[in-house]
Amino acid sequence: MWENIKTFASEFFVTGDPLIYGADVSIALTLVAIVFALTYFKKWQWLWKEWITTVDHKKIGIMYILCSILMLFRGGVDALLMRTQLAMPDMQFLNAEHYNAIFTTHGVIMILFMAMPFMFGLFNIMVPLQIGARDVAFPFLNSLSFWLFFWGAMLFNMSFVIGGSPDAGWLAYPPLSGIDHSPGVGQNFYIWGIQISGIGSLMTGINFVVTILKMRTPGMKLMRMPMFTWSALSSCLTIMLAFPILTVTLAMLFIDRFAGGHFFTLDGGGNPMMYINLIWMWGHPEVYIVVLPAFGVFSEIFATFSKKKLFGYTSMVLAMMSIAIFSFFTWAHHFFTMGSGANVNAFFAVTTMLIAIPTGVKIFNWLFTMYKGKITFETPMLWAISFIPCFVIGGMTGVMLSVAPADFQFHNSYFLIAHFHQVLIGGVVFGFFAGLYYWWPKMFGFRLNERIGKWAFWFWNIGFYVCFMPQYGLGLMGMTRRVNEYDWSQGWDMGWMPLNIVSTVGAFLMGIGFIFQVWQIAYSIKNHKRDVNGDPWNGRTLEWSLPSPAPVYNFATLPKIQEVDSWWEEKERIKAGKPTPQAPLEPIHMPDNSAIPFIQSLFWFIAGFGFVFNWMFFAIPGLIGVAVTMIVRSFQKDEGYYIPVDEIKKTEASTRGAG
Amino acid sequence: MAHHTAAQTAHHHSHEEEHESLKTMGFWMFLITDVILFSVLFATFIVLRGNFNGGPGPHELFQMPGVIAETFILLTSSFTCGLALLSLNAGKVKGVIGWLAVTGILGIAFLTLEITEFVHMVHEGATISTSAFLTAFYTLVGTHGLHVTIGIVWMTGLLIQLKRNGLNAKTKRKVNNLSLYWHFLDIIWIFVFSFVYLMGVM
Repeated sequence: MWENIKTFASEFFVTGDPLIYGADVSIALTLVAIVFALTYFKKWQWLWKEWITTVDHKKIGIMYILCSILMLFRGGVDALLMRTQLAMPDMQFLNAEHYNAIFTTHGVIMILFMAMPFMFGLFNIMVPLQIGARDVAFPFLNSLSFWLFFWGAMLFNMSFVIGGSPDAGWLAYPPLSGIDHSPGVGQNFYIWGIQISGIGSLMTGINFVVTILKMRTPGMKLMRMPMFTWSALSSCLTIMLAFPILTVTLAMLFIDRFAGGHFFTLDGGGNPMMYINLIWMWGHPEVYIVVLPAFGVFSEIFATFSKKKLFGYTSMVLAMMSIAIFSFFTWAHHFFTMGSGANVNAFFAVTTMLIAIPTGVKIFNWLFTMYKGKITFETPMLWAISFIPCFVIGGMTGVMLSVAPADFQFHNSYFLIAHFHQVLIGGVVFGFFAGLYYWWPKMFGFRLNERIGKWAFWFWNIGFYVCFMPQYGLGLMGMTRRVNEYDWSQGWDMGWMPLNIVSTVGAFLMGIGFIFQVWQIAYSIKNHKRDVNGDPWNGRTLEWSLPSPAPVYNFATLPKIQEVDSWWEEKERIKAGKPTPQAPLEPIHMPDNSAIPFIQSLFWFIAGFGFVFNWMFFAIPGLIGVAVTMIVRSFQKDEGYYIPVDEIKKTEASTRGAG
Repeated sequence: MAHHTAAQTAHHHSHEEEHESLKTMGFWMFLITDVILFSVLFATFIVLRGNFNGGPGPHELFQMPGVIAETFILLTSSFTCGLALLSLNAGKVKGVIGWLAVTGILGIAFLTLEITEFVHMVHEGATISTSAFLTAFYTLVGTHGLHVTIGIVWMTGLLIQLKRNGLNAKTKRKVNNLSLYWHFLDIIWIFVFSFVYLMGVM
């Protein structure tokens, strides 16, 4: 009996590595600390009522961003571990297996559990405020999306201490990810963690498309929408068309592993290349899904901090929409070396190069927006400006990679690694940081400290170039991705050591930048000046017409829109003494909180956990729980409640000060 | 005061209807994602449909009379679902309940035939792990079957709600969406019938 338990535990828990034991202890301590703090300060009820069961888009957005920053920390630690290993390849800091697990989880976490939730967080907080809506179209579904993401991410992250991490790369190509070559549970964690959160992403996509198309305030025609809302629309449409492909592909990989199927196996007539095609048919649009909203953020920031209308509004919209469409026709450029033939490669090379055109249009639009503007250099604008050279270099190396014959040299080398980090960090991460700094006052009612923010900015930026520029060189010198050592002292010195050390230094500089950001947030929470008028940057779009943070119903009366940048124009009218008259207050209908999203997602987690370990006594009750919660929901009345006029008057008076 | 309440009730009704129309649009969006889901399954089936791995192929496995019966049953169920919608538009709750029940029973008949077919095939030794062709076959046809099953559960729940609450904005919207879903499954089945069965035995 005791022996059985010991064998089980040694397989169930990841053992044998001091780093993992350290992590075990720190996870346990963190959990104890959280439980203790919640109990000591009697915050359990607050947590349940105000956050876990909430359907308020603003709170859901904050939870998304909080999770995303935690995931950035974990993905970042993964990155630093890899860079440490590569700077000292002979120290055996990480062995080959551990290294494989870490580059896999780094990729998955950064894209799916950091970039995606950060983006959804910004959508959630800002899109309804920008279009003059009181919530998203489906508030209940919105909460469900968040909790599916949360439990999916938990399931994935658990693999690190329980059962073992996936280690077949961030896109888990078969046959390596198949049951023959990865017999452990790691790949199951991969499949179910991503599957559960992916269903949440798909629902968010649908939710925001309907919200943007149907819930705009009177007068806000499509071509009067703020650019960030346009970017959310293009991104969510892309989600709707791309994420089902991921769902099916992962399901097929699961059938291969679980039921002995032959979709992607080497025997039985399976076709592993089919998987690589399918995963990139999702994967390529996915990178545009995360970068388009960053473009939206930059468009808002450039206009606001240049005190000018965005240059080329229509061309910006067209560019974004054409990028969204083109993104579906470029997937094969990820595997020019597969051997599809010259014609196929030529097609995908040309479509890839075409994407540079709308992207170029956007870059010039941003530059012209700044031209002759009254530019100020607050932190959001710094990130926005630094994005331009970074993204231009990243984009140009992308065009180099798109040249199919040349790609046979670049393929899977550090040149590629440098390219996609440059567009994903320089584009997506810089964009979301800029968005966070820009909208922080709207979210919390105070500005983040500028001085510490600038330190963070410079550490990140200098660190970025120090880290990734050498990697282009390493790629051209022949260093391939996913190697954990390059035996520089064993007689076949490739000369890769110096550039690797420089790159590692850069990575740690970015790590210091992150610490500055955490300090900046902590410092600003303690020492801040309340933002009283809700419009700290002299903004242009509707969200800045509201008090900070926005009241639960957002808009006391729905504003009537007559033009692009309506809040800016309204401020001009107010100055001229001719403000647009407002409709009288009416009771506002709001949706009820619900515990079902949390509980249903927890059941998904239980089901997923059961499938990971092939424990049907977990999986089947989990699935039954999902079905029962759905049925319970269908039978609920869910009428919501009304906020009476008196209460709105009181709230408006207290949040807007005397005025 | 009474006046105020009446205004608020009217306000509430318009709000409710607006909300139901949002949900219908959301459901269309969901159907678009489901189209993509099935497209991927069809594409995979077409890529893998010749890879028998020495196992049985469509000629040995498919028994067309059963498949044709399934097709007619499902097409008829789409028709009865349409009749339920006509009753809905005429405001006849009994008609809606009756026709939806018929639709559900036809759905169960379809599923019974499909499961019988699958069991028969497995008994002949043609399982999901026999060949890539069969993996793709069971996954594609099974996903359609799973959708039908979910539709039947949904229909059952809706029948109870119709019995309890009659026709209101909420149940009307649900019947409408259910019928969209059911017709959608019918169209998918036409493709399954053509690409999987007819092209298989031809």
